[in-house]
Amino acid sequence: MKVGIIDYGVGNLSSVKRALEEIEINTLVIDQAGQMGGADKYILPGVGNFTNCMQYLNGNGWTEAIREEVLGRKKPLLGICVGMQLLADSGTEGALMDGSTEGLGLIPGEVVAIKSLGCQSRIPHMGWNSIKIIYDCPLLKGVDEGTDFYFVHSYTFVPGMEGVVQAQTDYDVTLSAVVGRGHVWGTQFHPEKSSLAGSRILSNFVSDLC
Amino acid sequence: MLKVRVIPTLLWKEFGLVKGVGFDSWRRVGPVLPSIKVYNKREVDELVLVDILANSANEELDYVSVADFSQDCFVPFSVGGGIRNPNQVQRLLSAGADKVTINTAAFENPDLISAIARQHGVQCVVGSVDVRYTGNKAWRCFSHSGKTDTRKDVGEHVRQLEASGAGEILITSIDRDGTMSGYDLELIETVVNAVKIPVIASGGAGSYQDMVDAVLKTGASAVAAASIFHFTHLTPSGAKEVMQAAGIPIRKNYIKK
Repeated sequence: MKVGIIDYGVGNLSSVKRALEEIEINTLVIDQAGQMGGADKYILPGVGNFTNCMQYLNGNGWTEAIREEVLGRKKPLLGICVGMQLLADSGTEGALMDGSTEGLGLIPGEVVAIKSLGCQSRIPHMGWNSIKIIYDCPLLKGVDEGTDFYFVHSYTFVPGMEGVVQAQTDYDVTLSAVVGRGHVWGTQFHPEKSSLAGSRILSNFVSDLC
Repeated sequence: MLKVRVIPTLLWKEFGLVKGVGFDSWRRVGPVLPSIKVYNKREVDELVLVDILANSANEELDYVSVADFSQDCFVPFSVGGGIRNPNQVQRLLSAGADKVTINTAAFENPDLISAIARQHGVQCVVGSVDVRYTGNKAWRCFSHSGKTDTRKDVGEHVRQLEASGAGEILITSIDRDGTMSGYDLELIETVVNAVKIPVIASGGAGSYQDMVDAVLKTGASAVAAASIFHFTHLTPSGAKEVMQAAGIPIRKNYIKK
């Protein structure tokens, strides 16, 4: 099993790589779209804003390469934080005027500001929050309802169809915590920074279940 | 429900952790890496690391140490001390830091925080503010590890940090720092009311009850402490037990199945 970490030019991959090494998983940091194909599963990290990330992905051939691996070759993908949001059809963060930016379109949904949902609490939603499990999906095996994970975000994934939100979290409004469709997964929280609970999520992702 | 975080602050100087009183009279308290390992093993909520040497010398930041810390830290940690430009932030994040704390540079270069927020997102910029009480419910901000009086009022400054794109405020009372005489609750409440981003209370924690008070009386999103964890038998998990008993939502550790 080799997990490819997609390094498309934003953010910090070292924590994800280190967390996988800790559970004895071989990793491959892929920094060119042309090198996709050498891994069995992929992790798509992300920080910063949606539009910015999509510009990097579109500008360097990543979007087609990711879609080919995930849709063509059916390889599992896990998006983390903004990486999870990029799985959606579109996102408003960083888009011009009142428009939106097209996402990877791997899980139906759109990414909008938490504030736009009417949330009155302090933004960003930052810190440890517990999850409410909607479906007993493979990614959440061994993780109890109420387990805390580390979140830090100002935008949120709003599902475009039933069945894709696997777990939610409450922050004045209800937010998507885990999304999944087929072999495409996403966590709004950071498993690599969620101590032992996060490590369990990563173990589940690399197992045969996902 | 979002949990209130308990955050140990670790001040480091070369290879050692130090702690002072009122940002002065530094005492060595032990090596850095083993402390981080212990906190990680005990599943602490988060860590704040400050390189006090980078703060006082004008030297390049210690990226190598940060990379070492990140190898053993599977919870979020922020790094601060001497950060002056976006390039340094990029290097710290690449070394494994999750956030950076900006203090002095926010006075010298007001555009720095917005530049970092644009590039990396607001979640990775913590606006760190050190203040002294000046009487009449007013506090003034000090830069350069508490040495330089910026003459800026705390409320005005934290609102400016929020507007520039800071994702969080770490507010420290220099008067209470290291004294273990309790947080300056009026100060923290002033900051909590001035901004709409999360506020971390810092400076003066001497007992678990001080932490409970900081949350219940001021609305702080997190409590940071150093001396109490360095010099007494009190621990972050002990604090969380007492906070939970007081009705504060705290994170419970994961039970392996």
